[in-house]
Amino acid sequence: MPSRLAEAYALLAAAPHVPIAGGTDLMVRITGEIGDPPERLLDVSRLPELEGISLETGELVIGAAVTYTDLRRSALCREHLPALVEAAATIGAVQIQNRGTIGGNIANASPAGDILPILLATDARIITGSAAGERVTPAAAFFTAYRRTALASDELILRVRIPLTPGRETRFRKVGTRRAQAISKVVMAVSWRDHGPSAGWSDVRVALGSVAPTPIRAAATEAVLEGARPSPEVVDRAAETLAAELRPIDDVRSTATYRRTVAARILHRILRDAGGW
Amino acid sequence: MSAIRFLVNGAPAEVDVPGMRRLLDVLREELGLTGTKEGCGEGECGACSVLLDGQVVDSCLVPMAQVDGRIVRTVEGLALAARERGALDTLQEAFLTYGAAQCGICTPGMLMAARAYLDGGGGPDHDTIREAIAGNLCRCTGYQKIVGAIAAVAIGAAP
Ligand SMILES: Cc1cc2nc3c(=O)[nH]c(=O)nc-3n(C[C@H](O)[C@H](O)[C@H](O)COP(=O)(O)OP(=O)(O)OC[C@H]3O[C@@H](n4cnc5c(N)ncnc54)[C@H](O)[C@@H]3O)c2cc1C
Ligand code: FES
Ligand code: FES
Repeated sequence: MPSRLAEAYALLAAAPHVPIAGGTDLMVRITGEIGDPPERLLDVSRLPELEGISLETGELVIGAAVTYTDLRRSALCREHLPALVEAAATIGAVQIQNRGTIGGNIANASPAGDILPILLATDARIITGSAAGERVTPAAAFFTAYRRTALASDELILRVRIPLTPGRETRFRKVGTRRAQAISKVVMAVSWRDHGPSAGWSDVRVALGSVAPTPIRAAATEAVLEGARPSPEVVDRAAETLAAELRPIDDVRSTATYRRTVAARILHRILRDAGGW
Repeated sequence: MSAIRFLVNGAPAEVDVPGMRRLLDVLREELGLTGTKEGCGEGECGACSVLLDGQVVDSCLVPMAQVDGRIVRTVEGLALAARERGALDTLQEAFLTYGAAQCGICTPGMLMAARAYLDGGGGPDHDTIREAIAGNLCRCTGYQKIVGAIAAVAIGAAP
């Protein structure tokens, strides 16, 4: 197993390998859907280049091998992006949080991946790398189709960079458990910049998980909120727009309707809290 | 295959197994440490919980490739120090006193999750104890007695 990133790149360039970080997705899939274990495994959990949480020129930089337990204990995350700490605390239980990583959540690209809406809502950029060098992909362009990403097979996810835009607020909500996720789960992250009572909000982002084949942003809903303030009238309109805009994956109509309703309700609640009424 | 070396309950172990072999299987089948149980095999039940470098993990989700050079503690190791004075670990004593184990399937994993919680400085607050054992399912006890036993050890009131 490689102890430095350069060694890992060399292994990947020589032959296909399956990366493993915390194994909390991969090990379950190996006993289940994948079947036989992959021939070549690449342990990325102990690569020092994928560790650590830091502040660099106005950005929060989080290594791909950072675990949910690391996120929950990080004073930097708590100060600069508490929504991420909240999200980490909702994932699995301690055993999963001790092993599961942010890089694994991104590469796994489940539409129900809880960290992904936060990355979309904060305009995060995902840094990937291979022997050929590093690449930067905006989170909004990373999740290309159901469980597909922009990651090449000889590449690793190295870290995410989250710009800490002045005045930005970010909220996270998750409804439904993972076990019940087939029928009830909705994950949402909303962010905006507040310019005071006379001006409206700007840079509004409404991102959701578990309502489409990939994590998505709700563009029409964002447009309703952009330049506005969370007054009762605006909030109602935003929630209605969201319900109309979503096309949840399930073909069972009642489930799709249920998810739209839940999503609209969560948004309504977040915006009402923001409006202080 | 290559030799994987690690420490189990303070003693060195060396096994020659495929890197994808689960830590759970190696503990039970290669090392005869059958205290660690398998429930779901998918990270949902916590019956297979052990400590890896002091952190509680589900051993059914840990491939051996990631165990090389690390420190593993199982339920058998809990009593090791205590056994020298002819006793059980205070947590094990408390589980007995409080009736926190019935069929016992969840108990080894529950003890390891509780041990990690207490070693990490966890206190007697019932809500935080419940969060610490949320990954450990128990079909028998309804959790109240388990939480009570852990809280008793946390405040030093255990038997
Ligand atoms: C009981 C249980 C509960 C769970 N609950 C939740 C939940 O509430 N919310 C949620 O979102 N998820 C949940 N999960 C899923 C999982 O824990 C997370 O998605 C976790 O973040 C995966 O990270 P990992 O490090 O364990 O990934 P791994 O299993 O190690 O890897 C997952 C995938 O990512 C690839 N990969 C990993 N790291 C890299 C890298 N650096 N570069 C490139 N590819 C990489 C692997 O090849 C693999 O395809 C749960 C899982 C279990 C078993
Ligand atoms: S057997 Fe490992 S969590 Fe259930
Ligand atoms: S005592 Fe039977 S499952 Fe917990």
